Amino acid sequence: MDVFSKPKFFTTSTKGENAELLVELNSEYRERRKDAVKRVIANMTVGKDVSSLFPQVVKNMQTEDLEMKKLVYLYLMNYAKSNPDLVILAVNTFVRDTDHLNPLIRALAIRTMGCIRVDKILDHVCEPLKKCLQDDNPYVRKTAALAVAKLWDLDQERARENGFVEILQELLSDSTPMVVANAVTALAEMQESATIDNGGDVFVVNVVTMNKMLAALNECTEWGQIAILTSLADYRPVDSKEAENICERVVPRLSHANGSVVLSSIRVIMMYMRYLKNDDFVKALIKKMSPPLVSLLASPPEVQYVALRNINLILQKRPDILQNDVRVFFCKYNDPPYVKREKLEIIIKLSNGRNIDQVLSELKEYASEVDVDFVRKAVRAIGRCAIMIDEASERCVNVLLDLINTKVNYVVQEAIIVIKDIFRKYPQRYEAIIPTLCQNLDSLDEPEAKGSLIWILGEYAERIENAVELIESFLETFLEENSQVQLQLLTATVKLFLKKPSQSQELVHRVLQTATQEIDNPDTRDRAYVYWRLLSTDPQAAKAVVLSEKPPISVESGGGTGATGSGRGPSNGLAGVSRIAPGLMDELICNISTLASVYHKPPRAFLGNKAFSADAVRKAAVEDAKDEEQIAGEDAPVPGSAAAAAPKNAMADLLDLDFGSAEPQVPAYSSPPVSGTRAPANYNADLFGLSSDMGNMSGAFGGSNGLQNNMNGGNSASGSNGNLFGDLGGFGGFGQSPPLSQNQQHQQPQSTPQNTQSSAVNDLLDLL
Amino acid sequence: MASAVSAIFILDLKGKVLISRNYRGDIPMSAVEKFLPLVLDAEEDGQAPAPCFTDDGINYMYIRHNNLFLLAISRKNSNATTVMLFLHTIAEVLTEYFKELEEESIRDNFVIIYELLDEMMDFGYPQTTESKILQEYITQDAYKLEVQVRPPMAVTNAVSWRSEGIRYRKNEVFLDVVESVNLLVNANGNVLRSEILGAIKMKVFLSGMPELRLGLNDKVMFESTGRSPTKGKSIEMEDVKFHQCVRLSKFENDRTISFIPPDGEFDLMTYRLNTQVKPLIWVEALVENYTGSRVEYLIRVRAQFKRRSSANNVEIHIPVADDADTPRFRNGIGSVQYVPEKGCVIWKIKQLQGGKEFSMRAHFGLPSVKNGEDTDKRPPISIKFEIPYFTTSGIQVRYLKIQERSGYAALPWVRYITQNGDYQMRMPDSIKSSKMAPI
Repeated sequence: MDVFSKPKFFTTSTKGENAELLVELNSEYRERRKDAVKRVIANMTVGKDVSSLFPQVVKNMQTEDLEMKKLVYLYLMNYAKSNPDLVILAVNTFVRDTDHLNPLIRALAIRTMGCIRVDKILDHVCEPLKKCLQDDNPYVRKTAALAVAKLWDLDQERARENGFVEILQELLSDSTPMVVANAVTALAEMQESATIDNGGDVFVVNVVTMNKMLAALNECTEWGQIAILTSLADYRPVDSKEAENICERVVPRLSHANGSVVLSSIRVIMMYMRYLKNDDFVKALIKKMSPPLVSLLASPPEVQYVALRNINLILQKRPDILQNDVRVFFCKYNDPPYVKREKLEIIIKLSNGRNIDQVLSELKEYASEVDVDFVRKAVRAIGRCAIMIDEASERCVNVLLDLINTKVNYVVQEAIIVIKDIFRKYPQRYEAIIPTLCQNLDSLDEPEAKGSLIWILGEYAERIENAVELIESFLETFLEENSQVQLQLLTATVKLFLKKPSQSQELVHRVLQTATQEIDNPDTRDRAYVYWRLLSTDPQAAKAVVLSEKPPISVESGGGTGATGSGRGPSNGLAGVSRIAPGLMDELICNISTLASVYHKPPRAFLGNKAFSADAVRKAAVEDAKDEEQIAGEDAPVPGSAAAAAPKNAMADLLDLDFGSAEPQVPAYSSPPVSGTRAPANYNADLFGLSSDMGNMSGAFGGSNGLQNNMNGGNSASGSNGNLFGDLGGFGGFGQSPPLSQNQQHQQPQSTPQNTQSSAVNDLLDLL
Repeated sequence: MASAVSAIFILDLKGKVLISRNYRGDIPMSAVEKFLPLVLDAEEDGQAPAPCFTDDGINYMYIRHNNLFLLAISRKNSNATTVMLFLHTIAEVLTEYFKELEEESIRDNFVIIYELLDEMMDFGYPQTTESKILQEYITQDAYKLEVQVRPPMAVTNAVSWRSEGIRYRKNEVFLDVVESVNLLVNANGNVLRSEILGAIKMKVFLSGMPELRLGLNDKVMFESTGRSPTKGKSIEMEDVKFHQCVRLSKFENDRTISFIPPDGEFDLMTYRLNTQVKPLIWVEALVENYTGSRVEYLIRVRAQFKRRSSANNVEIHIPVADDADTPRFRNGIGSVQYVPEKGCVIWKIKQLQGGKEFSMRAHFGLPSVKNGEDTDKRPPISIKFEIPYFTTSGIQVRYLKIQERSGYAALPWVRYITQNGDYQMRMPDSIKSSKMAPI
């Protein structure tokens, strides 16, 4: 492993050591040989290469000393692959050991043989394996059952030909529960990779097997119970009554001390619920599930984390669960950050008109903690509560104002971002607080917070006396700003002009000029062109477009709280609570307690293709077609750089389409602007030539307006701020991958740099 | 939905592998080299790394134990709960074998750890993890040629936690009912959460295969049987969890707790209930902060339980500012100590009788110039205590019936104790009595 990092003499001494070991391994004294084997294993543990000793070590395999035997076996498992030809030396001893009087050795031999992933050994493994599967001793049988799965993994055909599938199926009726559990485990794994070409299904859970499994369930070890419960979830009950019966058999498992048994039971119950027709029974089940879920919070933090991610899912599927339990999710001071984050998500989901006061005081407390990331999330949570619960919005706003008064920089900025969303949700309700917000102008240094405040200034320009001065002061640094802020400034200035034309004519002219001439970012520049043309063509149309009614914001919108690209947990939410599309939701419910339920992603989204057999891929493809839209966000979260350029083309094309017929000069404009280069002088000239001729073009504009409105309808969930020209760019993006819906926004990996995103995404940001 | 893991590693905090076991051979063992960098990257991004994550088709699931990482990797959609619990089980079993699980004990015992890893998991699926049973056939010194160990019957029996043929001269059972109180009080003195986590711990020294039946004053049981408790009240448990030896379906049917116990010590059951009762020990803090000169704390403690009980070994941890100096204390009872490395004052009271109230004053100097930001945020006050012969819930063991074929008489002993769990009271805001108030 680290041969290269060591000084040279050390390498030679390793060689020397191997030579020395070689002698010792051949010693006539048993104890010395045993010590030598131990040293070999010790060297293997620290990563030294001892594969050259293979023949000598294997010679020591034939011994009655169990410890020695285990060590040699361990060595074999590790180095068989590097010495496939020599493995044959060990086969005889293996086969003999599977006949040994001691069941421990029989089991050990068959277990180890299965772990040696070398083709040569396969020829010799089948006979002993058959014997072991029928061994008198249950310990040997339970070991052999798993050995079948090992063989299957290497050579399905051979496993089928030798009748192992049938033998395993018979083991489901074994008298020893642990043998049954391992048979279930092995069959379930084999079924997953079973191919049609080779004879199809090996394990379909039917009434008979289901009853066998239920019989073994009560007597199994905790791990065996999990295996059985997992396979039980694959059974499709014929009617409501049967589903009820099975649920009744599973419910007692909710009292098991092992949290995984509990969650596996909950998976079975949640999956069977869709077959249940008896509402009272369902209600009773829901009631029984709550306490065990809460008790999982007394587990070690890592288990708590998994439990919390699952509770998050279950809550979305069954909002009637845990209704009176919000307090158990309040964070403890010493909870690890990843637990706090998840608890916060659940607190928001459980907050309602009845408990909001409690929740708010708790969130306010979190907002004064030291962990900046957590504080920000707490502030955002307050905003989410305001948007979710109308009657509590005023209390939320008051808490946010309290927080702004703390003057803690990042708290203030986060609060302003959140207040912008509240303004969108409840227009005309909280304008009175604008002066307080404006007092904090100078402390804003994050683009998102700055953009939010500027948005508020533009939106309420007519009510803010010194709006012109305020925007003017922001414009002083226009060129240095982040493009997100520039876009907001641009829009706010135009809004200002439309609302107070007399005071800001010069201002808007200056901004448009700067943006078109001095800014390289195509998004900002193009938007400025569009505004300019719009304003000079038809100010009324401009008003209709820029000051149009915004689509309503809701808790579901704007969030990116779902799984992140890296799968390390949820990303920052905006105003929205993460919502999972129903199709994906059902799939995740089938995966409760697994990694998929932790990542909130379907398994195929994070499993490498290597894990898939051809058939599994085929199956997945069929399902893919079914819920295509879910993965659209996963597999192609953001179009690459090529796609990022494409919307520009589309936009240019669109403009081309609208104006081209009337103005032959247009090609100068419609050639896609190249980012990074200054617009040449004649380019501008052409444009103005064009715009001056555009007086008669409002009809064309009206047409495009209608188009945009359509798009807005499709796009309303995105929480786009109704800035139609932004959406124009967005249209290009949509043209690229048609079936995009909410999912895309939820699953957008946060790590993607903004400027490589398509303008569709930029327009989301535009709103921030 | 195969839950199997591919390999298990124990690493030190620098990411060096101390020992590992490859169960499935479908992931190159070098994948472990990416583990720590990935965790550190996540930390740098300000995203606290979650205990499981995926990278390049490989899933990493890990726990921290002392100065070690226990890591499992898989290529499949593994059962995350199982894997996390299994890693904790490994830590528990190894701790029972070696007292301490740490780098040194791993190096000294690598042979036996390999054996345990081989026995506890096969092809990535957990197998036998009951440490008492494992110790019967995986031991450090039992390898004598003459007597070769065999797998204990218990491994595959329905009763997988107890071996046959156990003999004691004196048959005894000790029951400890331990209730831990979790309390969270906010700065205004409102109780946010108050719950009891109870556990019935047993020490069993019984011969043969005894059948035990435990009776509690469980309200649901009384209701379902239509009887009423002979004396005292009954209690309502919100959630009960049992050791795997308890017959769960029997409990679900008629609330009978019947079982064949493991030998020695184990937790028979845990239960949880929310209480509306007064917090047992109440602490009030008054902080006066004279910025730039001194800070004063007035702490009042009140024992809000019955007079005839008393709390032992009470410790009240009061967080104080990091830059505080020259402590002075005035206390009516117990001893007070400033522990700068923990950033708190510890007030210890050996015995606190029910109904009593005491106070303590602490006085610190503060530097005249504040360094850095005003990090006013303090951890909460935490309190430790134990109250013997007392349970908050009122749970009672009504009987413990012991039956064994040989018909011996056995003595059950029961003890009750209440202690602190996460018992925290958030620090109130300090009163700024600054003479040099900022304008």
